[in-house]
Amino acid sequence: MTSIFTDMIGSRLFSQRVFNLQRQGRAGTNAPIDGSEAVVVGAAHALDPAHDWVLPQYRELVGLERFGPEVLDRYVLYSIGHPDGGHIPPPARVWPPQISLATQVPHAVGLAWGMKRAGATGCVLVFLGDGSTSEGDFYEACNFAGVLDAPVIVVVVNNGWAISTPTRTQTRAKNFAEKSHAFGIPGVNVDGTDAVAVYEAVADARSRAVAGAGPTLIEAVTYRLGPHTTADDPTRYVPTDELEAAKERDPIAVMRTEMQRRGLWTQEWEEQRLAEADARMERAVVAAEAAPLSPGELFNHVYDEPTPRLVRQREAFER
Amino acid sequence: MTTTTETLQTMNMLEAINHTLHAEMGRDERVMVFGEDVGINGGVFRATEGLLDRFGSERVVDTPLAEGVIAGAAVGLAAAGMVPVPEIQFLGFSYQAFHQIAGQIARLRYRTRSRFDVPITIRSPFGGGVRTPELHSESLAAQYANIPGLKIVLPSSAADAKGLLATAIRDPNPVLFLEPLRGYRMIKDDVPTDEHLVPFGQARTVAEGSDVAIITWSFQVELSRRAAKLLTDEGISVKVLDLRTLVPLDTESIVEAVETCGRVVVVQEAPETNGFASEVIATINDEAFYSLEAPVQRVSGYDTPYPVGMLEDFFVPDVDRICDAVRRVAGMVT
Repeated sequence: MTSIFTDMIGSRLFSQRVFNLQRQGRAGTNAPIDGSEAVVVGAAHALDPAHDWVLPQYRELVGLERFGPEVLDRYVLYSIGHPDGGHIPPPARVWPPQISLATQVPHAVGLAWGMKRAGATGCVLVFLGDGSTSEGDFYEACNFAGVLDAPVIVVVVNNGWAISTPTRTQTRAKNFAEKSHAFGIPGVNVDGTDAVAVYEAVADARSRAVAGAGPTLIEAVTYRLGPHTTADDPTRYVPTDELEAAKERDPIAVMRTEMQRRGLWTQEWEEQRLAEADARMERAVVAAEAAPLSPGELFNHVYDEPTPRLVRQREAFER
Repeated sequence: MTTTTETLQTMNMLEAINHTLHAEMGRDERVMVFGEDVGINGGVFRATEGLLDRFGSERVVDTPLAEGVIAGAAVGLAAAGMVPVPEIQFLGFSYQAFHQIAGQIARLRYRTRSRFDVPITIRSPFGGGVRTPELHSESLAAQYANIPGLKIVLPSSAADAKGLLATAIRDPNPVLFLEPLRGYRMIKDDVPTDEHLVPFGQARTVAEGSDVAIITWSFQVELSRRAAKLLTDEGISVKVLDLRTLVPLDTESIVEAVETCGRVVVVQEAPETNGFASEVIATINDEAFYSLEAPVQRVSGYDTPYPVGMLEDFFVPDVDRICDAVRRVAGMVT
């Protein structure tokens, strides 16, 4: 529980720092995690980083510290626009951010399918948002996952908003978990402000997945406490009273209260953890901003070996 | 530099493709074939016949009818260490997988800085002249050739179908392997039965000639070869160059053809505007302009949607249209 809380407050701090870098002109557009900390960190703690994979959308990478320091370090690089930000090196079993909504769900199903065929232990967890459930890839992938009994956990982070589109405009379904009926797979609805509840739901789904019982669709319900991204002004559309009510269920506050009740929390302890997270983030930012980059990198990694035409273009570029 | 062996067997293009899939699956147990009707039915054209029986349902998989996840799952399979060979039943159906092919498969290596190899070969038949329903015949090679990260391969003979498909499956980059469905059974030639690899980016001279060069690919190679024969009787010596792969492109052979003949016709089945012929002509402009003795001619489909059956023979370039273009560029007609 202390480990989950530590990563939750860390994720919010990391996210705020990346947000601020954008405001200072040092990073590009990015999506803060505020409100999704319990979902991401709770899920990550239910997984086995040595055997399981996580395919994020674009909001979750600050909450995956458990999968290795490479994840945050590379996310900072990604945020400042360095191409190496997309290369999260082994042993971290995490994919880089996905911008094209729901396209990562077919990838997760394929990866789980391949792991199953290879006899690998472990499973794949993929995050997507409530808005992404309207994409065809979500339906195609969940349906195929069911047919394959693929060891995959599909986590819909329902934070109430797809930029300015509320969930009631997204679907007439009562909730997103019930879409699992169409795929013939289990669907679970969980309180996404409660990290322990998320942990338990993902742990159950993982047990099923690695036992060969197939995929699970989990809907984690929370509320987006910040803007969609650095480029968004939610005061144009988020009702103030709704936001204020959601803040009462801020996942970090919920967890803090529970830890206090159990005698696991003091102000001083939290401040120490935040100071550590701040120092850790500072190191990541300094390293990222010092990372070398030659303009010729533009041409690398298109293919394993460049085509003659790419060689010609690069030579002209470098003259 | 084509690898040749002693043992040859006459096959049509479908048989060559089937033979190669068997050989590659037998060679490398990571290879997986999947798509619509590829298993128990052996493919709607029988390209995958016998694979399910021989290699089992773990490696030969009938999928739901969903092109997006057929292409998208290949990304994950590749990351899991497999060698995916998905089939898109007809290239026109790839519109429903375009976001995965263009947006994901093509850029996976680039965006992950090669954390993942992408040894995906997407097989798909295309091309007109056989009275298919709508959206079965579209020639979309140029659309995909405009997407960096993909290799675009179009065999025109049974031997090349084998040699290029084997190379594609062993390539760590994503390959779109486009099969001319009109040539599946019509095109027959001698295929090496042993190991046979044709490298990418090396065009093939199908007919030697010195007056006019026809530069083309896929089924139009067959039509151009017939045109070249007819034109020989009229005293025009026609070279036919089969590009084999559009990406990578064999610029050297294109330049050599221009230098040899000075007069060039580029033939494609796709609509005229933004077809790959435009790229070939621009390449000639860049690399061999001063060897030209006349403006390059191009023979194409028209800028219409691919038409229904009673109109398609007017759309798809035929031997007559190719001959006319050669006569025009040779200065025999105006």
